[in-house]
Amino acid sequence: MSALELRRVSKIYGSGPTEVRALCDVDLSVERGELVAIMGPSGSGKSTLLTIAGSLEQPSSGQVLVNGVDLASVSRSDQAQMRRRSIGYVFQDFNLLPGLTAVENVTLPLELDGTRAKAARATGLEAMEELDVADLAHRYPDELSGGERQRAAIARAIVGERGLLLADEPTGALDSVNGEAVMRLLRAATKRGIAGVVVTHEAQLASWADRVVFLRDGHVVDQTVAPPGPELLLAAGERR
Amino acid sequence: MSVPHALLALLSEGPKYGLRLQNEFEARTGEVWPLNVGQVYTTLQRLERDGLVETDDGEDERSRKRYRITSAGERELTDWLRSPPDLVPPPRDELVIKVLVALQIPGIDVHEILQVHRRHVIEVMQRYTQVKAAADEDDTALALVVDAELFRLEAIVRWLDAADVRLKQRPRLAPVEVADMPLEPTQEMEVSQ
Repeated sequence: MSALELRRVSKIYGSGPTEVRALCDVDLSVERGELVAIMGPSGSGKSTLLTIAGSLEQPSSGQVLVNGVDLASVSRSDQAQMRRRSIGYVFQDFNLLPGLTAVENVTLPLELDGTRAKAARATGLEAMEELDVADLAHRYPDELSGGERQRAAIARAIVGERGLLLADEPTGALDSVNGEAVMRLLRAATKRGIAGVVVTHEAQLASWADRVVFLRDGHVVDQTVAPPGPELLLAAGERR
Repeated sequence: MSVPHALLALLSEGPKYGLRLQNEFEARTGEVWPLNVGQVYTTLQRLERDGLVETDDGEDERSRKRYRITSAGERELTDWLRSPPDLVPPPRDELVIKVLVALQIPGIDVHEILQVHRRHVIEVMQRYTQVKAAADEDDTALALVVDAELFRLEAIVRWLDAADVRLKQRPRLAPVEVADMPLEPTQEMEVSQ
Protein backbone atom coordinates (compact mmCIF):
# COMPACT_ATOMS: atom_id res chain seq x y z
CA MET A 1 0.00 0.00 0.00
CA SER A 2 1.44 3.34 -1.06
CA ALA A 3 1.60 6.22 1.42
CA LEU A 4 0.15 8.42 -1.31
CA GLU A 5 -1.60 7.42 -4.50
CA LEU A 6 -3.18 9.69 -7.10
CA ARG A 7 -5.37 7.89 -9.65
CA ARG A 8 -6.30 9.79 -12.81
CA VAL A 9 -6.59 13.04 -10.87
CA SER A 10 -7.80 16.09 -12.78
CA LYS A 11 -8.44 19.60 -11.52
CA ILE A 12 -10.38 22.15 -13.52
CA TYR A 13 -10.82 25.76 -12.42
CA GLY A 14 -13.61 27.90 -13.90
CA SER A 15 -15.84 26.81 -16.77
CA GLY A 16 -16.61 27.63 -20.39
CA PRO A 17 -14.15 29.97 -22.07
CA THR A 18 -12.34 30.72 -18.79
CA GLU A 19 -11.82 27.04 -17.97
CA VAL A 20 -8.29 26.15 -16.87
CA ARG A 21 -7.24 22.53 -16.68
CA ALA A 22 -4.61 22.63 -13.94
CA LEU A 23 -4.15 18.84 -13.75
CA CYS A 24 -5.10 16.20 -16.32
CA ASP A 25 -5.32 12.50 -15.48
CA VAL A 26 -2.35 12.49 -13.16
CA ASP A 27 -1.23 9.11 -11.79
CA LEU A 28 1.37 9.14 -9.03
CA SER A 29 2.37 6.76 -6.25
CA VAL A 30 4.80 7.54 -3.46
CA GLU A 31 6.04 4.84 -1.10
CA ARG A 32 7.21 5.18 2.49
CA GLY A 33 10.93 5.83 2.55
CA GLU A 34 10.80 7.52 -0.84
CA LEU A 35 11.43 11.19 -1.62
CA VAL A 36 9.86 12.36 -4.89
CA ALA A 37 10.50 15.75 -6.44
CA ILE A 38 7.95 17.39 -8.73
CA MET A 39 9.45 19.72 -11.32
CA GLY A 40 7.87 21.82 -14.01
CA PRO A 41 7.57 25.36 -15.30
CA SER A 42 5.30 27.99 -13.73
CA GLY A 43 1.67 27.06 -14.25
CA SER A 44 2.40 23.38 -14.88
CA GLY A 45 0.25 22.30 -11.92
CA LYS A 46 2.97 21.53 -9.35
CA SER A 47 1.39 23.37 -6.43
CA THR A 48 -2.12 22.20 -7.32
CA LEU A 49 -0.87 18.62 -7.23
CA LEU A 50 0.54 19.18 -3.75
CA THR A 51 -2.58 20.83 -2.32
CA ILE A 52 -4.74 18.01 -3.69
CA ALA A 53 -2.34 15.36 -2.33
CA GLY A 54 -2.61 17.06 1.07
CA SER A 55 -6.44 17.23 0.86
CA LEU A 56 -6.34 21.02 1.09
CA GLU A 57 -8.28 21.00 -2.20
CA GLN A 58 -10.60 18.46 -3.83
CA PRO A 59 -9.87 17.06 -7.30
CA SER A 60 -12.48 17.63 -10.04
CA SER A 61 -12.20 13.92 -10.86
CA GLY A 62 -10.03 10.97 -9.91
CA GLN A 63 -9.05 9.50 -6.56
CA VAL A 64 -6.55 10.47 -3.87
CA LEU A 65 -5.56 7.71 -1.44
CA VAL A 66 -3.51 8.40 1.67
CA ASN A 67 -2.29 5.17 3.29
CA GLY A 68 -4.85 3.35 1.18
CA VAL A 69 -7.79 5.49 2.35
CA ASP A 70 -9.74 7.23 -0.41
CA LEU A 71 -10.12 10.84 0.77
CA ALA A 72 -13.51 11.12 -0.98
CA SER A 73 -14.84 8.32 1.25
CA VAL A 74 -14.27 10.16 4.52
CA SER A 75 -16.15 13.12 5.98
CA ARG A 76 -14.69 16.63 5.97
CA SER A 77 -13.96 16.49 9.69
CA ASP A 78 -12.23 13.13 9.31
CA GLN A 79 -10.21 14.61 6.45
CA ALA A 80 -9.16 17.46 8.72
CA GLN A 81 -8.11 14.97 11.37
CA MET A 82 -6.17 12.99 8.78
CA ARG A 83 -4.39 16.18 7.72
CA ARG A 84 -3.34 16.86 11.30
CA ARG A 85 -2.29 13.29 12.11
CA SER A 86 -0.86 11.85 8.92
CA ILE A 87 0.30 14.71 6.73
CA GLY A 88 3.03 17.27 7.40
CA TYR A 89 3.45 20.42 5.33
CA VAL A 90 6.51 22.57 4.77
CA PHE A 91 6.00 25.90 3.05
CA GLN A 92 8.37 28.30 1.31
CA ASP A 93 7.88 31.01 3.95
CA PHE A 94 7.93 28.54 6.87
CA ASN A 95 4.50 29.66 8.21
CA LEU A 96 5.54 29.60 11.86
CA LEU A 97 3.15 31.47 14.16
CA PRO A 98 5.04 34.50 15.51
CA GLY A 99 3.35 34.53 18.93
CA LEU A 100 4.40 30.96 19.77
CA THR A 101 7.86 29.65 20.64
CA ALA A 102 9.54 27.16 18.32
CA VAL A 103 8.46 24.14 20.39
CA GLU A 104 4.89 25.48 20.70
CA ASN A 105 4.77 25.76 16.93
CA VAL A 106 6.04 22.20 16.58
CA THR A 107 3.53 20.75 19.05
CA LEU A 108 0.54 22.74 17.77
CA PRO A 109 -0.78 20.04 15.37
CA LEU A 110 -0.61 17.45 18.17
CA GLU A 111 -2.43 19.66 20.66
CA LEU A 112 -5.10 20.57 18.10
CA ASP A 113 -5.60 16.86 17.72
CA GLY A 114 -6.20 16.41 21.46
CA THR A 115 -2.80 15.21 22.66
CA ARG A 116 -2.19 16.43 26.22
CA ALA A 117 0.29 19.28 26.53
CA LYS A 118 2.98 17.33 28.38
CA ALA A 119 2.99 14.40 25.97
CA ALA A 120 2.86 16.75 22.97
CA ARG A 121 5.84 18.65 24.31
CA ALA A 122 7.93 15.49 24.72
CA THR A 123 7.10 14.38 21.17
CA GLY A 124 7.79 17.89 19.86
CA LEU A 125 11.20 18.04 21.51
CA GLU A 126 12.01 14.62 20.03
CA ALA A 127 11.30 15.94 16.52
CA MET A 128 13.36 19.06 17.22
CA GLU A 129 16.24 16.92 18.43
CA GLU A 130 16.18 14.99 15.15
CA LEU A 131 16.65 18.30 13.38
CA ASP A 132 19.28 19.55 15.80
CA VAL A 133 17.22 22.54 17.00
CA ALA A 134 16.08 21.29 20.43
CA ASP A 135 18.26 23.93 22.11
CA LEU A 136 16.27 26.64 20.32
CA ALA A 137 12.92 25.30 21.58
CA HIS A 138 12.03 28.35 23.65
CA ARG A 139 12.93 30.99 21.12
CA TYR A 140 10.31 32.85 19.10
CA PRO A 141 10.48 32.65 15.29
CA ASP A 142 11.87 36.18 14.98
CA GLU A 143 14.79 35.13 17.20
CA LEU A 144 15.78 32.36 14.74
CA SER A 145 17.83 32.53 11.53
CA GLY A 146 16.21 31.53 8.23
CA GLY A 147 17.81 28.08 8.34
CA GLU A 148 16.75 27.53 11.97
CA ARG A 149 13.15 28.56 11.20
CA GLN A 150 12.98 26.08 8.37
CA ARG A 151 14.33 23.33 10.65
CA ALA A 152 11.60 24.15 13.16
CA ALA A 153 9.03 24.06 10.34
CA ILE A 154 10.29 20.63 9.23
CA ALA A 155 10.15 19.41 12.85
CA ARG A 156 6.49 20.51 12.93
CA ALA A 157 5.87 18.62 9.68
CA ILE A 158 7.33 15.32 10.93
CA VAL A 159 6.17 15.50 14.57
CA GLY A 160 4.26 12.47 15.85
CA GLU A 161 3.23 9.67 13.55
CA ARG A 162 3.20 11.45 10.19
CA GLY A 163 3.48 9.19 7.18
CA LEU A 164 3.45 11.82 4.45
CA LEU A 165 5.54 14.97 4.16
CA LEU A 166 4.58 17.56 1.53
CA ALA A 167 6.88 20.49 0.81
CA ASP A 168 6.31 23.41 -1.57
CA GLU A 169 9.60 25.11 -2.54
CA PRO A 170 10.85 24.39 1.00
CA THR A 171 14.21 26.09 0.66
CA GLY A 172 12.57 29.45 -0.06
CA ALA A 173 15.03 32.28 -0.02
CA LEU A 174 17.80 30.29 1.68
CA ASP A 175 21.24 30.30 0.04
CA SER A 176 22.33 27.15 -1.78
CA VAL A 177 24.28 25.64 1.14
CA ASN A 178 21.41 26.17 3.62
CA GLY A 179 18.98 24.98 0.94
CA GLU A 180 21.04 21.80 0.62
CA ALA A 181 20.88 21.34 4.40
CA VAL A 182 17.06 21.45 4.20
CA MET A 183 17.06 18.82 1.44
CA ARG A 184 19.40 16.61 3.51
CA LEU A 185 16.91 16.83 6.39
CA LEU A 186 13.91 16.00 4.19
CA ARG A 187 15.82 13.09 2.71
CA ALA A 188 16.81 11.84 6.16
CA ALA A 189 13.19 12.14 7.34
CA THR A 190 11.97 10.02 4.43
CA LYS A 191 14.71 7.43 5.01
CA ARG A 192 13.22 6.97 8.48
CA GLY A 193 10.04 5.72 6.82
CA ILE A 194 8.01 8.76 5.76
CA ALA A 195 6.90 9.36 2.15
CA GLY A 196 8.02 12.78 0.92
CA VAL A 197 6.91 14.96 -2.01
CA VAL A 198 8.83 18.14 -2.76
CA VAL A 199 7.79 20.70 -5.34
CA THR A 200 10.74 22.67 -6.67
CA HIS A 201 11.89 24.43 -9.80
CA GLU A 202 15.56 24.01 -8.88
CA ALA A 203 17.33 21.05 -10.43
CA GLN A 204 19.99 20.91 -7.68
CA LEU A 205 17.35 20.54 -5.00
CA ALA A 206 15.36 18.03 -7.05
CA SER A 207 18.49 15.92 -7.45
CA TRP A 208 18.28 15.04 -3.72
CA ALA A 209 15.11 13.08 -4.51
CA ASP A 210 14.98 9.36 -5.29
CA ARG A 211 12.74 10.13 -8.25
CA VAL A 212 11.98 13.30 -10.18
CA VAL A 213 8.55 13.62 -11.83
CA PHE A 214 8.14 16.21 -14.58
CA LEU A 215 4.85 18.07 -15.01
CA ARG A 216 3.90 20.09 -18.04
CA ASP A 217 0.55 21.76 -18.68
CA GLY A 218 -1.05 19.61 -15.99
CA HIS A 219 0.26 16.31 -17.38
CA VAL A 220 2.96 14.05 -16.00
CA VAL A 221 5.23 13.94 -19.04
CA ASP A 222 8.26 12.08 -17.74
CA GLN A 223 10.17 10.86 -14.70
CA THR A 224 13.73 9.87 -13.89
CA VAL A 225 14.67 6.24 -13.57
CA ALA A 226 16.44 5.05 -10.44
CA PRO A 227 19.97 6.37 -10.86
CA PRO A 228 22.87 3.91 -10.75
CA GLY A 229 25.39 4.27 -7.96
CA PRO A 230 28.11 6.91 -7.97
CA GLU A 231 30.85 4.41 -8.95
CA LEU A 232 30.39 5.09 -12.66
CA LEU A 233 30.94 8.80 -12.13
CA LEU A 234 34.24 8.16 -10.44
CA ALA A 235 35.26 5.86 -13.26
CA ALA A 236 34.33 8.64 -15.72
CA GLY A 237 36.63 10.95 -13.75
CA GLU A 238 39.54 8.64 -14.51
CA ARG A 239 39.19 9.31 -18.22
CA ARG A 240 39.64 13.06 -17.81
CA MET B 1 42.25 20.31 -13.72
CA SER B 2 45.84 21.46 -13.95
CA VAL B 3 47.90 18.59 -12.55
CA PRO B 4 51.24 20.51 -12.71
CA HIS B 5 49.85 23.35 -10.59
CA ALA B 6 48.18 20.97 -8.15
CA LEU B 7 51.59 19.27 -7.66
CA LEU B 8 53.31 22.65 -7.22
CA ALA B 9 50.69 23.53 -4.58
CA LEU B 10 51.41 20.30 -2.68
CA LEU B 11 55.17 20.95 -2.89
CA SER B 12 54.72 24.48 -1.57
CA GLU B 13 54.07 22.82 1.81
CA GLY B 14 57.53 21.20 1.77
CA PRO B 15 59.62 18.62 -0.16
CA LYS B 16 57.84 15.34 -0.99
CA TYR B 17 58.31 12.02 -2.82
CA GLY B 18 56.29 11.21 -5.96
CA LEU B 19 54.15 8.52 -4.36
CA ARG B 20 53.12 10.82 -1.52
CA LEU B 21 52.21 13.52 -4.05
CA GLN B 22 49.91 11.06 -5.82
CA ASN B 23 48.18 10.09 -2.56
CA GLU B 24 47.73 13.66 -1.41
CA PHE B 25 46.45 14.81 -4.80
CA GLU B 26 43.70 12.18 -4.76
CA ALA B 27 42.79 12.80 -1.12
CA ARG B 28 42.45 16.54 -1.61
CA THR B 29 40.30 16.39 -4.71
CA GLY B 30 37.81 14.19 -2.92
CA GLU B 31 39.16 11.24 -4.95
CA VAL B 32 37.05 12.43 -7.87
CA TRP B 33 40.18 12.91 -9.97
CA PRO B 34 42.21 9.71 -9.80
CA LEU B 35 45.80 10.23 -10.90
CA ASN B 36 48.17 7.37 -11.77
CA VAL B 37 51.71 7.40 -10.55
CA GLY B 38 53.11 7.47 -14.11
CA GLN B 39 51.31 10.79 -14.72
CA VAL B 40 52.82 12.16 -11.53
CA TYR B 41 56.39 11.33 -12.55
CA THR B 42 55.95 12.57 -16.14
CA THR B 43 54.60 15.86 -14.82
CA LEU B 44 57.41 16.16 -12.25
CA GLN B 45 59.98 15.56 -15.02
CA ARG B 46 58.52 18.44 -17.05
CA LEU B 47 58.38 20.70 -14.03
CA GLU B 48 62.06 19.91 -13.33
CA ARG B 49 63.01 20.58 -16.95
CA ASP B 50 61.27 23.99 -16.72
CA GLY B 51 63.09 24.83 -13.47
CA LEU B 52 59.89 24.90 -11.38
CA VAL B 53 60.94 22.00 -9.12
CA GLU B 54 64.32 20.49 -8.21
CA THR B 55 65.53 17.23 -6.65
CA ASP B 56 68.33 16.24 -4.34
CA ASP B 57 71.57 15.50 -6.18
CA GLY B 58 72.83 12.01 -6.92
CA GLU B 59 69.56 10.07 -6.89
CA ASP B 60 68.56 8.48 -10.19
CA GLU B 61 65.77 6.13 -9.14
CA ARG B 62 62.56 8.17 -9.60
CA SER B 63 60.77 6.69 -6.60
CA ARG B 64 63.69 7.72 -4.34
CA LYS B 65 63.81 11.30 -5.59
CA ARG B 66 62.52 13.95 -3.27
CA TYR B 67 61.05 16.98 -5.05
CA ARG B 68 61.23 20.60 -3.90
CA ILE B 69 59.53 23.69 -5.34
CA THR B 70 61.90 26.42 -6.63
CA SER B 71 61.28 30.16 -6.31
CA ALA B 72 60.33 30.19 -10.01
CA GLY B 73 57.81 27.42 -9.20
CA GLU B 74 56.33 29.50 -6.38
CA ARG B 75 55.93 32.48 -8.72
CA GLU B 76 54.31 30.27 -11.36
CA LEU B 77 51.87 28.92 -8.76
CA THR B 78 50.72 32.32 -7.44
CA ASP B 79 50.40 33.67 -11.02
CA TRP B 80 48.27 30.64 -11.99
CA LEU B 81 45.92 31.06 -9.00
CA ARG B 82 45.10 34.59 -10.14
CA SER B 83 44.91 33.99 -13.88
CA PRO B 84 41.34 33.60 -15.17
CA PRO B 85 40.35 30.10 -16.32
CA ASP B 86 39.32 29.59 -19.91
CA LEU B 87 35.65 30.54 -19.77
CA VAL B 88 35.07 30.72 -23.48
CA PRO B 89 32.88 27.73 -24.37
CA PRO B 90 33.57 25.57 -27.37
CA PRO B 91 32.25 27.35 -30.47
CA ARG B 92 29.64 24.67 -31.13
CA ASP B 93 27.75 23.22 -28.19
CA GLU B 94 26.44 19.78 -29.17
CA LEU B 95 23.20 20.17 -27.24
CA VAL B 96 22.43 23.55 -28.81
CA ILE B 97 23.07 22.08 -32.25
CA LYS B 98 20.74 19.15 -31.57
CA VAL B 99 17.94 21.51 -30.56
CA LEU B 100 18.50 23.76 -33.58
CA VAL B 101 18.47 20.74 -35.87
CA ALA B 102 15.30 19.40 -34.21
CA LEU B 103 13.57 22.69 -35.00
CA GLN B 104 14.14 22.13 -38.69
CA ILE B 105 12.78 18.60 -38.86
CA PRO B 106 9.05 18.32 -39.58
CA GLY B 107 7.12 16.15 -37.16
CA ILE B 108 9.70 16.39 -34.35
CA ASP B 109 8.36 17.69 -31.03
CA VAL B 110 11.18 19.92 -29.82
CA HIS B 111 9.72 20.08 -26.31
CA GLU B 112 10.00 16.32 -26.10
CA ILE B 113 13.64 16.51 -27.24
CA LEU B 114 14.29 19.16 -24.56
CA GLN B 115 12.67 16.91 -21.95
CA VAL B 116 14.80 13.90 -22.93
CA HIS B 117 17.93 15.97 -22.30
CA ARG B 118 16.52 17.54 -19.12
CA ARG B 119 15.82 14.12 -17.65
CA HIS B 120 19.24 12.83 -18.62
CA VAL B 121 21.05 15.81 -17.05
CA ILE B 122 19.01 15.55 -13.84
CA GLU B 123 19.76 11.82 -13.61
CA VAL B 124 23.46 12.65 -13.77
CA MET B 125 22.89 15.33 -11.10
CA GLN B 126 21.16 12.74 -8.90
CA ARG B 127 24.26 10.56 -9.11
CA TYR B 128 26.56 13.42 -8.13
CA THR B 129 24.22 14.30 -5.27
CA GLN B 130 24.43 10.68 -4.10
CA VAL B 131 28.20 11.08 -3.92
CA LYS B 132 27.70 14.14 -1.72
CA ALA B 133 25.00 12.48 0.39
CA ALA B 134 27.19 9.44 1.06
CA ALA B 135 30.27 11.49 1.95
CA ASP B 136 31.23 12.80 5.34
CA GLU B 137 29.65 16.26 5.76
CA ASP B 138 33.07 17.58 6.79
CA ASP B 139 34.64 16.55 3.47
CA THR B 140 34.82 20.08 2.10
CA ALA B 141 37.11 19.19 -0.82
CA LEU B 142 34.63 16.66 -2.15
CA ALA B 143 31.69 19.03 -1.64
CA LEU B 144 33.50 21.75 -3.62
CA VAL B 145 34.33 19.39 -6.49
CA VAL B 146 30.80 17.95 -6.66
CA ASP B 147 29.19 21.41 -6.34
CA ALA B 148 31.21 22.62 -9.33
CA GLU B 149 29.79 19.79 -11.45
CA LEU B 150 26.27 20.31 -10.11
CA PHE B 151 26.25 24.04 -10.85
CA ARG B 152 27.54 23.36 -14.38
CA LEU B 153 24.81 20.78 -14.99
CA GLU B 154 22.17 22.99 -13.43
CA ALA B 155 23.08 25.71 -15.93
CA ILE B 156 22.26 23.25 -18.73
CA VAL B 157 18.85 22.52 -17.18
CA ARG B 158 18.18 26.25 -16.91
CA TRP B 159 19.06 26.68 -20.57
CA LEU B 160 16.64 23.85 -21.46
CA ASP B 161 13.92 25.50 -19.34
CA ALA B 162 14.49 28.85 -21.03
CA ALA B 163 14.45 27.19 -24.47
CA ASP B 164 11.11 25.54 -23.59
CA VAL B 165 9.54 28.90 -22.68
CA ARG B 166 11.00 30.70 -25.71
CA LEU B 167 9.78 28.03 -28.10
CA LYS B 168 6.35 28.00 -26.50
CA GLN B 169 6.06 31.73 -27.04
CA ARG B 170 7.23 31.40 -30.63
CA PRO B 171 6.37 27.83 -31.49
CA ARG B 172 7.64 27.66 -35.05
CA LEU B 173 10.83 29.03 -36.45
CA ALA B 174 10.76 29.74 -40.14
CA PRO B 175 12.58 26.97 -42.01
CA VAL B 176 15.95 28.06 -43.30
CA GLU B 177 15.56 29.27 -46.89
CA VAL B 178 17.86 27.41 -49.22
CA ALA B 179 18.25 27.77 -52.96
CA ASP B 180 16.52 24.63 -54.04
CA MET B 181 14.72 26.19 -57.02
CA PRO B 182 15.45 24.52 -60.35
CA LEU B 183 18.16 26.47 -62.07
CA GLU B 184 17.55 28.05 -65.45
CA PRO B 185 19.13 25.92 -68.17
CA THR B 186 21.08 28.91 -69.43
CA GLN B 187 22.53 29.74 -66.01
CA GLU B 188 26.06 28.54 -65.49
CA MET B 189 26.74 26.71 -62.33
CA GLU B 190 29.66 27.72 -60.23
CA VAL B 191 31.37 24.71 -58.86
CA SER B 192 33.61 25.23 -55.95
CA GLN B 193 35.89 22.50 -54.78
